[in-house]
Amino acid sequence: MAVMTYRQALHDTLRDEMLRDERVFLLGEEIGVFEGSYKITAGLLEQFGPRRVRDTPIAEEGFTGAAIGAAMLGLRPVVEIMTINFSLLALDQIVNHAAKIYGMFGGQVSVPLVIRTPGGGGQQLGATHSQNVELYYAFVPGLKVVAPSTPADARSLLQAAIRDDDPVLFLENLALYNTKGEVPDDLAPGEIGRARITRSGHDLTLIGYSRTAHVAAQVAEQLASSEGLNIEVVDLRSLRPLDRTTLIESVRRTHAAVVLEDDWLTYGIGAEVAATISDGAFDDLDAPVRRVAMAEVPLPYAKGLETAALPSVDDVITAVYQTLDAVGRRHLKVGHD
Amino acid sequence: MIEITMPRLSDTMEEGTVATWHKHPGDHVRAGDVLVEIETDKAVMEYEAYDSGVLSEILVAEGQTVPIGAPIALLDAPSAPRTTGATPTPAPLPDAAPGPTAGVPARAATSPVASLEPSEAGDRLVASPLVRRLAREHNLDLRQVHGTGPGGRIVRHDLTELLESRTQIHEAFAELRGPAVVVTDEKRGSEAVTITSTRRVIARRMSESARTVPHFYATAVADAGPLVRMRAELNEQLTAVGRPKVSVNDLVIRASALALRQHPEVNCSYVDDTATTILVHRRINIGVAVASEHGLVVPVITDADQRSLSEIGVETHRLHALANDRRLTIDDMSGGTFTISNLGMFGVEQFTAIINPPEAAILAVGATTAEAVVVDGAVQPGYRLRYTLSSDHRVVDGALAAQFLRTLTTLLENPWALAA
Repeated sequence: MAVMTYRQALHDTLRDEMLRDERVFLLGEEIGVFEGSYKITAGLLEQFGPRRVRDTPIAEEGFTGAAIGAAMLGLRPVVEIMTINFSLLALDQIVNHAAKIYGMFGGQVSVPLVIRTPGGGGQQLGATHSQNVELYYAFVPGLKVVAPSTPADARSLLQAAIRDDDPVLFLENLALYNTKGEVPDDLAPGEIGRARITRSGHDLTLIGYSRTAHVAAQVAEQLASSEGLNIEVVDLRSLRPLDRTTLIESVRRTHAAVVLEDDWLTYGIGAEVAATISDGAFDDLDAPVRRVAMAEVPLPYAKGLETAALPSVDDVITAVYQTLDAVGRRHLKVGHD
Repeated sequence: MIEITMPRLSDTMEEGTVATWHKHPGDHVRAGDVLVEIETDKAVMEYEAYDSGVLSEILVAEGQTVPIGAPIALLDAPSAPRTTGATPTPAPLPDAAPGPTAGVPARAATSPVASLEPSEAGDRLVASPLVRRLAREHNLDLRQVHGTGPGGRIVRHDLTELLESRTQIHEAFAELRGPAVVVTDEKRGSEAVTITSTRRVIARRMSESARTVPHFYATAVADAGPLVRMRAELNEQLTAVGRPKVSVNDLVIRASALALRQHPEVNCSYVDDTATTILVHRRINIGVAVASEHGLVVPVITDADQRSLSEIGVETHRLHALANDRRLTIDDMSGGTFTISNLGMFGVEQFTAIINPPEAAILAVGATTAEAVVVDGAVQPGYRLRYTLSSDHRVVDGALAAQFLRTLTTLLENPWALAA
């Protein structure tokens, strides 16, 4: 058991997977000599050489396409796209090729590709560099999308993604790279498509993923100490496949849910989660599922505006209170005070 | 802000159930407008506004029962002084649905939380899916539950008391029966059915009567041959001129009214053990027990001794129809001095009834039966009608009951006098 950063967990996992399987290789912008914009690949060029750690031109469509071809021919490429914003340049390769080749060609060939890419606003990178457009990929059959929130999950899900025979979009987050957590030494590859209940409770289910899983946990802790509330927290971990069973079972216990996402509200991940709960736990809902998301604006650069546009802990608490008010539970609590 | 409270709509009313709101929050109300329908122990009554204004809040949802005097709504009347103690209107939820227009830099609201105001519910019962499931599972009548969620939605919390009382009742029964008897719904195939307010009133009044009124019973029998023949002949003539027929019960009502006129001591009420007087009623108002589609009700034919047979027939028809429409007013059902309960139409030969307090007697009427009767020492076919008078022994003695019954029997055996 070691305590390490999310960044370190990713780095170590890449190295270990490359050591384990020589078909695994990395490619992306500035991942070699510069050791990556976020230093995930630090030292790997030196250790594995330029055949397996390939710096690419600034041409996302090109190097993603090259990786797809390599994957089809039996290698296990791990592409780093510097931020998820730039993945839009490779959208055609990802959506029209990586996701569809297995199905369109009758299963003759798989695309065991991993695209690692961080999302996340709040770093004053402006509207075009601050998005969380994982939704675009979670929308597409043929792709898998994972979004770990802890160093341990980062490790186990990156292992799983690299060993998976389907293309996986591996969502990282700028705000998580320096977060620390315990990573067991003998951690087995995770199961893609499995959410985790990170905190048990019976008053309400709070659902997040990636950075918002931390926000959810923080809110739950805060309300436990300040209000005595017992909130269940679900970390989705995987957006596609979505672990509908865990969501439904949780809401069957708590009868209310609030879902968080770091992106725009309309048509979002939260909408899919809310629909899932309505379908599977309709008769257990005591209040509508509420969604907390960012303001529907291009994210401002100015710090004050940027902060205001992103969903905050207070926004989540407000939504939790409103939901608990709607089911009469907070009222009960206030009555006891 | 004017507090509208649960009105007292009948003498025996202790609590009322809001049946239907005719006005909704935000509606303009003028004095005299029908505000709400209240279900009392006896009827559903319209209740009008005394003041004009805007209905600002409904405090008691449809189906909920509160005692007399409890606030049921708040009326914002411009001229009225604001009372203290009224429940403050909760602040509306912030509508935070963000404006989705690209390029609009401002947030549509203060929070990125999606939220829509609860929609107008109309007549539909608003309850969360969880509540609906629990109601199905526990056979709860949600119309009796006050919703405290947004827009009056019934949420799980609102069922807590009801579900707990269910449990307590179950536990209380379990205790009574002792541990050896296990109440299994499966074995009895039991289904919990919510008690209606009518049923509750019957339960309360009948147990009170059976517990406190010393009943005794006297049964008499009339030769109903003349009654049967007279009624057939009379109805034939009435039908020919297009007038409604009279029933045996109408004849019994008329006969009882006339018998009461001869025996006013039966037409009285025992007040209570501390009173120094009993009440002797000058008017003869006969309650007629009606098994309506909504339960037992007892509308009253006032001054039954002053009415002709066909008037009584028309009046019983009208009251039956009102009972089935649940439109009987408190006035229709109050002021009785004597009650007649007739199960003859069901083939019951004779039975005993429980007195309807504060009356002193009730007549239980059986069926007119064709049977072998002895006339001048010979058996021959005939008709018999049996009726049992239940009397309150505190005010009616055996001899008085017998005299009343003899008078009644004479009247029924000479039915043309009833039509006179």
